[in-house]
Amino acid sequence: MAVTEEKTETYIGAPVARKEDAKLVTGQARWVDNLTLPGMLWASIVRSPHAHARIGSIDTGAAKAIEGVVAVLTGGELAGDWAGPLPMVWPVTEDTKNPPHWPLATDKARFAGDGVAVVVAESRAVAKDAAELVEVDYEPLPSVTDVARALDDGAPLVHEELESNHCYTWPLEGPEEGATERAFADAAVTVKERYRQQRLIPSAIEPRGVLVQPSPAEGEFTMWSSTQIPHIARVTLSGTTGIPEAKLRVIAPDVGGGFGSKLNVYAEEALCLALARRLGRPVKWIEERSENHVATTHGRDQIQEIELAATAEGKITAVRVHITTGMGAYLQIITPGTPLLGAWVYAGAYDVDAYQIEFVGAFTNTTPTDAYRGAGRPEATYAIERAVDALARKLDMDPVELRRRNFIREFPKTIASGLTVDSGDFDASLDRALELLDYEEARREQAERRERGDATQLGIGFSTYLEMCGLAPSRILGAIRYAAGGWDAATIRCLPTGTVQLLIGTSPHGQGHATTFSQIVGDRLGIPFDDIEVLHGDTAVVPLGMDTYGSRSLAVGGVAVWNAAEKVIGKARRVVAHGLEVAEEDLEYEGGRFTVRGTDRSMTVKEAALAAWTAHDLPDGMEPGLEGSYVYDPPNFSWPAGCHIAVVEVDTETGAVDLRRYVAVDDLGTVINPTIVDGQIHGGITQGVAQALFEEAVYDDAGNLVTGSMVNYLVPSAAELPAFELDRTESPSPTNPLGVKGVGETGTIAAPAAVMNAVADALSPFGITDIEMPASPERVRRAIEEAGR
Amino acid sequence: MIPARFDYEVAESVDHAIELLGSREDAKLLAGGHSLLPLMKLRFARPATLVDIGRLADLSYVRDAGDRLAIGALTRHHDLHSNELVRTHCELLSFTAGLVGDPQVRHRGTIGGSVAHGDPASDLPTVLLALDAELQVAGPGGERTVPAAEFFRGFFETALEPTEVLTEIRVPKLAGAGWSYVKFHRRAQDWATVGVAAVQNGGTRVALTNMSSTPLRAAAVEEALAAGNDAAAAAEQAAEGTNPPSDTNGSADYRRHLARVLVRRALEEAAGGR
Repeated sequence: MAVTEEKTETYIGAPVARKEDAKLVTGQARWVDNLTLPGMLWASIVRSPHAHARIGSIDTGAAKAIEGVVAVLTGGELAGDWAGPLPMVWPVTEDTKNPPHWPLATDKARFAGDGVAVVVAESRAVAKDAAELVEVDYEPLPSVTDVARALDDGAPLVHEELESNHCYTWPLEGPEEGATERAFADAAVTVKERYRQQRLIPSAIEPRGVLVQPSPAEGEFTMWSSTQIPHIARVTLSGTTGIPEAKLRVIAPDVGGGFGSKLNVYAEEALCLALARRLGRPVKWIEERSENHVATTHGRDQIQEIELAATAEGKITAVRVHITTGMGAYLQIITPGTPLLGAWVYAGAYDVDAYQIEFVGAFTNTTPTDAYRGAGRPEATYAIERAVDALARKLDMDPVELRRRNFIREFPKTIASGLTVDSGDFDASLDRALELLDYEEARREQAERRERGDATQLGIGFSTYLEMCGLAPSRILGAIRYAAGGWDAATIRCLPTGTVQLLIGTSPHGQGHATTFSQIVGDRLGIPFDDIEVLHGDTAVVPLGMDTYGSRSLAVGGVAVWNAAEKVIGKARRVVAHGLEVAEEDLEYEGGRFTVRGTDRSMTVKEAALAAWTAHDLPDGMEPGLEGSYVYDPPNFSWPAGCHIAVVEVDTETGAVDLRRYVAVDDLGTVINPTIVDGQIHGGITQGVAQALFEEAVYDDAGNLVTGSMVNYLVPSAAELPAFELDRTESPSPTNPLGVKGVGETGTIAAPAAVMNAVADALSPFGITDIEMPASPERVRRAIEEAGR
Repeated sequence: MIPARFDYEVAESVDHAIELLGSREDAKLLAGGHSLLPLMKLRFARPATLVDIGRLADLSYVRDAGDRLAIGALTRHHDLHSNELVRTHCELLSFTAGLVGDPQVRHRGTIGGSVAHGDPASDLPTVLLALDAELQVAGPGGERTVPAAEFFRGFFETALEPTEVLTEIRVPKLAGAGWSYVKFHRRAQDWATVGVAAVQNGGTRVALTNMSSTPLRAAAVEEALAAGNDAAAAAEQAAEGTNPPSDTNGSADYRRHLARVLVRRALEEAAGGR
């Protein structure tokens, strides 16, 4: 009865072509915007044009008069539809201020783009036309958009009832109180640097979208959403809308990128649910690109102060950090916690004795911030890697040598911030990167240009990063006040025809989970790659999952898949032992086949699956069917590391920075699919380079987002980038059976520091040590002019 | 990203287009759509009617006209960039057409659309100024020829009357003249932060992109060169008579600085010969 092919190749470690791509490149993917239901209505949101304004009367008469408009509702009119505000699940301290965040504002608009009313109409165009006609009587108020000014005396208050814009203060000190202060008192050398992490707009290629189908008779709702987190959305939206969790099904269909911006639960999801409930008809909302700039969460937005204490020989003894971090106008799902994802790694790959850090969160009249690729760790890596270069300058030491004097070299290593780094070999990745670069030749060319006063100067910048990902051990999440666990789940179901269904709790949106996880299952169960069907992103099909973010899908979800396969193998072993009438211990297992030791008698997992399905002859008491489920809670984070080197040319006349070379040697533990990993690194580096050189969300004095479109929010393209030079070293993680560490964020974490260290290096003949990101031509040129005065 | 409501008409000929423009309130011509449609999607532009001339195949051509090249207004940037006649006789135009936008834009956008749009940040109008091009315009009263120097009147404002259609652009053959177009931008797909066109053919003509409300000739540079100054000295005059914008790509001051640097580079490149 087995109708499938035999497996002939090894998948793990092979550059297997992605099974997701055929539909993507032939236009057969199913985005939310492709979905149409009978009787479907369209929603359009009326958004505040003011950064801060009291909402007076709202006249919806003209909008309602347009043919095809079904309903126009204000925040006040919808107030009774909510069982609770939008979710925030990470109050980082007991006293974190979390003013209620309703799907539509009722009293005040607190940022430009804040929703104040919604129009529902028979078509998208009519909904948009009518939304323009809703007349809102705004009383504009003074606003504050700059996080550096949010806590000043007299700053406009985003939430008056809080009496300040302060959200929380979160301290961490290790290994014991007072150690950092002592280290600084004893230090031969110290440096103190201040950096700005500009606000970024995540810019997924697919904007957000929601479609809700109500089933009024049953009180059930199905929501399709372009989200990274269907499971978390289901739990939390149940709380916002009052729809019982069991009656809410959430589906993430094909999702075109997220970068953390779809790791959230949004007003529009709650609105479509509430509107579908009110109207008894399907309601759809598709975000416009310009809407995406103001209505989808932003990233970064920090002022960082970092100090290093060191010996005269360059041994770093302590790191002290103070961060002011912008929340935006409201707290989205993990707004306060996002910066803290970097809180343990501000000492980077370096063995320091003492560590002290404090985060202060502040509200501003801006789009809320939240997770954006790397989430806290790009900021941490930037601060420590730039500060290490500052220390190298102060000590007149090569930045490579200074790094070598400080690397952690013994693993596992409990670092001063309190976590334990699982494995690594930082010298190995640095050595390989220097070799790829030809460091001496690069320095020689740099010296020549400096000597002849070339208008185009060369800079070399390093980032020997260490990050923590694979979110996350549930106990640690509990200890830092995150509301949920960090586990993930997988189920493997062997079908009688020899194919396999794999159900995963992670929710891919471009990462290639179906491919990578098929490689793991294929190798473990001896099933051909194409015979493995991966199901995900639908709470009715896969009820258990924690979704996709924080480079966790392989390091947590992939390990759950591995362990589920082990359970399948365990049961298959009992079925086979029974069928072959031998003891379980007499069976050897490899690649899907059980062989009776010392004989040629054997049986495959596929054959066991059929036997378990017919159930004609199973051991007494055994349940029919061959299926295994596993929920994996990681014992530790995983710790990717590596060395990235940027070489830039700076045109000193125009200030233009050209990234000439980019070398990246990453240690990600075991690699399952090198092509997918390379793709992640390429994209990650590009987003990191984007922060260093191109992207910045700019607000004007009135609090309007100036960079409101792709014309002036500069997402770079391949044309702006060199061909990256990649290689890997491999220190498998000892904390999971696959040895994997995660790769989704490494590039974005490493790159900004490498590029900006290179820019500073190029400009060092002018005495310039820092340029604010992004290093735009004008900023660079202005720095050169000021240095020349 | 959803335009306001508009009517749509397809013009069967230039005369038909003129008639439609005259008979409709607030009608706009649609050619490649790569300037107008983005503005409409943002609802910054809300024409009541679009008159689509995109199907007038007889307005897409490059012809040898003696000492000039005649270029149909609907010639797409990509075709201009890859056309052999243009490459041979007016490489400055061919080269610059290859710098407009990105490949998608170059395969849809047209030279006539770009010129008629009157965006001071566009590259081709600057090049036409430096080339002393002629623009052929058809209207209800017949045809007229407008020199490029008189065509660009203000910010998104040209010499075209509401009922006129730009039909042809004529540029001189450059023979052995030196030329340069230096485009400074953050990303390959972007408009110029500042652009400089230079043509050296006996005298030297220099024109600037995005340094005022229209593309403009760098008259002070040209005079300085005519008076015998070298490129470096003449380029110091590049910001004279300009009124550059300030935006996220650069302040007015920075643009003035860029103009001086880029004019020098353009003059040096043009003098280097091709």
